[in-house]
Amino acid sequence: MMKISGRVWKYGDNVNTDYIIPGRYMELTDHEEMGRHAMEGIDLAFVLNVKKGDVVVGGRNFGCGSSREHAPLALKYAGVGCVVAESCARIFYRNAVNIGLPALECPRITKSVELGDDLELDLGAGTVTNMSKGTKLLFTPLPPFMMDVLEAGGLVPYLNKRNVW
Amino acid sequence: MTGHTISEKILAAHSGVDSVKAGEVVKARVDACMINDATGVLAVRALKDMGKKQVWNSGRVIVVLDHVSPACTIQSAKVHRELRAFSREQGISHHFDVGEGVCHQLVPEYGMVKPGDLFVGADSHTCTYGAFGAFATGVGSTDAGAALAFGKLWFKVPETIRVDITGTLPDFITSKDVILRVAKLLGVDGATYAALEFRGKAVTDMSVSSRMTLCNMAIEVGAKAGICEPDEKTYEWLREDTDENTAPITADEDAIYKYTLDVPISGLEPQVACPHNVDNVKSIQEVEHIKVDQVFLGSCTNGRLEDLEMALRILKGRKIAPDVRMLVVPASKQVYLEAEKRGVLRELMEAGAVVSNPSCAACFGGSIGLLAPGEVGLATSNRNFKGRQGSPESEVYLSSPFVAAASALTGHITDPRKV
Repeated sequence: MMKISGRVWKYGDNVNTDYIIPGRYMELTDHEEMGRHAMEGIDLAFVLNVKKGDVVVGGRNFGCGSSREHAPLALKYAGVGCVVAESCARIFYRNAVNIGLPALECPRITKSVELGDDLELDLGAGTVTNMSKGTKLLFTPLPPFMMDVLEAGGLVPYLNKRNVW
Repeated sequence: MTGHTISEKILAAHSGVDSVKAGEVVKARVDACMINDATGVLAVRALKDMGKKQVWNSGRVIVVLDHVSPACTIQSAKVHRELRAFSREQGISHHFDVGEGVCHQLVPEYGMVKPGDLFVGADSHTCTYGAFGAFATGVGSTDAGAALAFGKLWFKVPETIRVDITGTLPDFITSKDVILRVAKLLGVDGATYAALEFRGKAVTDMSVSSRMTLCNMAIEVGAKAGICEPDEKTYEWLREDTDENTAPITADEDAIYKYTLDVPISGLEPQVACPHNVDNVKSIQEVEHIKVDQVFLGSCTNGRLEDLEMALRILKGRKIAPDVRMLVVPASKQVYLEAEKRGVLRELMEAGAVVSNPSCAACFGGSIGLLAPGEVGLATSNRNFKGRQGSPESEVYLSSPFVAAASALTGHITDPRKV
């Protein structure tokens, strides 16, 4: 089962996809290039300092707004290992799993972590451990179908492996 | 046995089962799939990465170049070139190039959606087609790629919030004011994972164009779909006869709803969504002092003929304020030509507006009509996120075409009933 550990980048409620990657970058088709503009709509420091495996923490309705898959792609290719939000907007949630970026819903997450905290996430067990504070939170694990998609690395490898829909 | 909502009925009919209930996951056949220049290249790549050389049905795929249109950067020109080549190679006849208009206007204009359809589009405002009694929802590029490859996709059957719109719309109050009111009541995540059914005499009284405005913004409260029951107006708009074998899908009297939201509108004032969230909605009196630099009339929300005519009702024979620029962008070539024929575009230009080619234009912040730091834009489009229409230090307010035109006239946000 997937385990992820990284530092926290913490944001508030309603982080929309225009904040995650502004509309002017929708013309990009190269994933690495999208990654260079991650969070540019609200945090110019993010791409300069993000490290592989870091965890983006959001409040309610993370990823609301447009259907752009550029949003989870930008986060993934910037190095983000996982998104944990109090709740995720529907299309973002689905897109993230489809491209192999874990997106988790954990209702009390923003109250429990601070910028820079070290987190360990166990996707199978449904636990978030805050190593900096020595606290642990539970979240409802993803449904089995979505876990399978994530473990395959996204919907494309998942479908290729099964060769059926 | 209890009854079913429109969403449950459409999803059941496309999954080959008698009935489904909210919460179930189904694999369903889609009637059509739309991609555009913002999302299309990634969808095409997903299709190819799935090892598919052909789309499942080239007659049911729609490709639209509307978001950055005409291309304003070399990279966007490359995206257009790639999608043109894709449409040619796949034999996609519903390819709409630069100048044709916004995807959500073109899909119904070309009869690519009808009542009871299950439609997916790689654009969040795909929910617009709920105005025609379809279950239409926005998906990302990989899901769109899977739909292009297999003509199928998995869906979680949503719960439905019934939105009862009661009373009669006062003069100068529009379906845009109604949906902004709904956004205020529900909040930006109030309908996440749910569908909305818009009901009531006020909806029946609305034109199909106004219903499109209503359904268009269902996503702004997180909804998966926003649906109106089809009626004679729907079929007339689509120029289709009701076929007895495909009677329109309506909700059962005893359908189970998550809850019912009552929205009385008889005393509704003009509504304005303030920066930087769509549910930050205020009545016009609270924002009348705010000075505007740019007014944008257009988009899949309010770029149709009736919207342009609303603006003209305010601006006819008058001039907009000298320090305001007003950008008018009809939603499609058909809208453009009809507005031109009726003299609407000419009169708006004489009032001081700039008319641009049908496209997403300023709504998307990717091409024309950007705002500088410190500037204020008032738009008839659907999103006012920080930086949506240009600089992150600009501000965007959202309103009806009446409020937009009245504000262009005075240079500050203005109650259309006062001018």
